This record gives sequence, structure tokens and C-alpha cells, in this order.
Amino acid sequence: MEQQKEAGMVGMWIFLVTEVMFFGGLFLAYTIYRSIYPEGFLQGSHLLNVKLGGTNTVVLIVSSLTMAMAVYYSQKGERKKLVAFLAMTLVLGLLFLVIKYFEYRAKIDTNLFPAAQLYNPATPQQDPVHGVPVGLRQQVQVFLWIYFLMTGLHALHMIIGAGILTTLIVMARKGRFTKNYNSPVEISGLYWHFVDIVWIFLFPLLYLTGAHVGGH
Amino acid sequence: MADHSHDTTHEHPENPIKYYIGVFLILMVMTGLTYYVATFDLEKLAADVPVLKHVSGVLNALVALTIAVIKATSVVLIFMHVRWSSRLTQVIVVSAVFWLLIMLSFTVSDYFTRGGWPIPGLGKY
Repeated sequence: MEQQKEAGMVGMWIFLVTEVMFFGGLFLAYTIYRSIYPEGFLQGSHLLNVKLGGTNTVVLIVSSLTMAMAVYYSQKGERKKLVAFLAMTLVLGLLFLVIKYFEYRAKIDTNLFPAAQLYNPATPQQDPVHGVPVGLRQQVQVFLWIYFLMTGLHALHMIIGAGILTTLIVMARKGRFTKNYNSPVEISGLYWHFVDIVWIFLFPLLYLTGAHVGGH
Repeated sequence: MADHSHDTTHEHPENPIKYYIGVFLILMVMTGLTYYVATFDLEKLAADVPVLKHVSGVLNALVALTIAVIKATSVVLIFMHVRWSSRLTQVIVVSAVFWLLIMLSFTVSDYFTRGGWPIPGLGKY
């Protein structure tokens, strides 16, 4: 049993290594574009809602704690507490997605997805939109593409995570997990914490990059 | 097997909750800190400081990344149990960081040593 569990955990970790490389490629794109377009990234980061982004950071941190607690109670074989903490984690994950939805909604409503008004080849000399100077529009557009790509992929991981949590809750309620068999909970916990780690890097790099040059 | 289940997780603390709360507090404080530091223009502040002035342009990013790495490390070690995991798991985790650094450093060093960007209006390729 112990060997089976170890094999499962190692398998999940190897999957997470591929995930690190997957997101790593996007962080690489971020690094290179940011060094080419420093002003564009500072301007672009002002277009994001730091309050909502910060709230989501806290939501994810709390959800990581409740997930760790769920794994702990699955090891102890305490079914009620396991279900309760899994449910809390799911609620927090859904809260993250709801907040993310409103963030995206606001961006779409103000034509920031996919930066439609920032760069218009037909009227390139139009008045500044969203306070972005004419010369920086293309750069800010690149920033917004990276923002939507990275946070979108992260949100997709959150949606998958919410599905996994729902499955775990159903299984836990049926009493599928015992002290000696809790691998699905532990492995899903690794996945959940990984998604949290991605956000730990996304939040400062996307939302806070321009904070020191004053917003509008 | 089940009666001798102390080969991989025997060092796992009896009550890890205090570690979890500790990491939670670290994460919350660090999140506040990363926001607070981001509101300062470190490039200006460090412009006259002897050693720091050489990296002042990337100082804001450097501080933000350092805080993020500390946060990520505490999540990996405690929430993801790597501190108490088997040596095999620990090697896999280190390899993830290793391959990531290879990808980042080789690509970035390539881009930065070509004397220009392959992008219109930004110099020769």
C-alpha cells in the first residue's frame, strides 16, 4: 500500500514538473516582452484591478490552507472534517472564479479584450484610450495578451481543480477514503497548491508592476 | 506493510497544523509586503546606494520575485509536504526548478547577446 501511494505521489510530481515547464514558457515570454517593452508593461499593469487581484490572492491562500487541512483529516480518517474542509476549499475556489469573472467582464466591457480600442490601424492618432499614450498602445496590447493568456490558463486550472474537488467531496461522503487509503485527496492537494503557486507569481508580475509609478 | 508504514512518512510531525498556520501567516504577511514594496520606486531610492545602483532598474522586479520565491518555497515544503517526503520526490522537485532555470537562463542569455531585438523599430537583429 505504502509503495502504491508513493508511486501515485511521484507520478503527480512528474506531472507538476511538466506543468512548471508549461507555465514557465509563458513566464519566459513575459520576461522577454517586459524587457523589450518596459513602459508598456508599467502602463498595462495600471489597467488591472489591484483590489480584485489582491482579494483573489488572499482567497487562494486561504483555500490552500483549507486544502492542507483536508489532506490532514483524510490522513486521520475523519470523514466529516474532511468533507467540510474540501467543501470550504471548493467554495473559495469558486469565489476566486466569480471575482475573476467580474474582472474579465469589466475588461471586455471597456474594450480591453483583446485590447480592441488600444490599437486601431484605421485611426492610429485617436485620443488616448484608457490613458494610454498613442505610442505605447501596441506595447500595452502585448501586455494585455500576456495577461489574458496567463490568467486564463490559470483560471482553466482552477475550473479543473473545482471539478476535482467536487468529485472528492462526493467520494468522501460515500466513505471511499480511509486512514489507509487517501491518495486521491493527497494528490489533488498537490495540484491545488501548485495552482496557488502559479498565482503567487502572477499577482506581483501582472498587477503590481506599475504600482510604484502612480496610477490614474 | 501497513503495520510497518514508517518508510517514507515517518518524520511527518504528529500535529502539522501549527506548521500549516505558520505558512498561512507567512503567505498573508508576504502578500501585504509585496504590495507595500511595489508602491515604492526602488530605482530612484537605490540610485545613489553604492552596490544597489547597478541593479536599481530591476530592483522592483527583483524584490517582488524574491518574495514570490519565498512564498512558493514555503508552500512546496509545508503544504505539499516535500519537507517530509521521500528523497525521490525531493529530487523531482529540485529537477523542476533546475529545468525551469535552464530554459529561462539559456533563452534570456541568447536574446540579450544578439545586440538587438528582432522587432520592428527596436534596432537590428
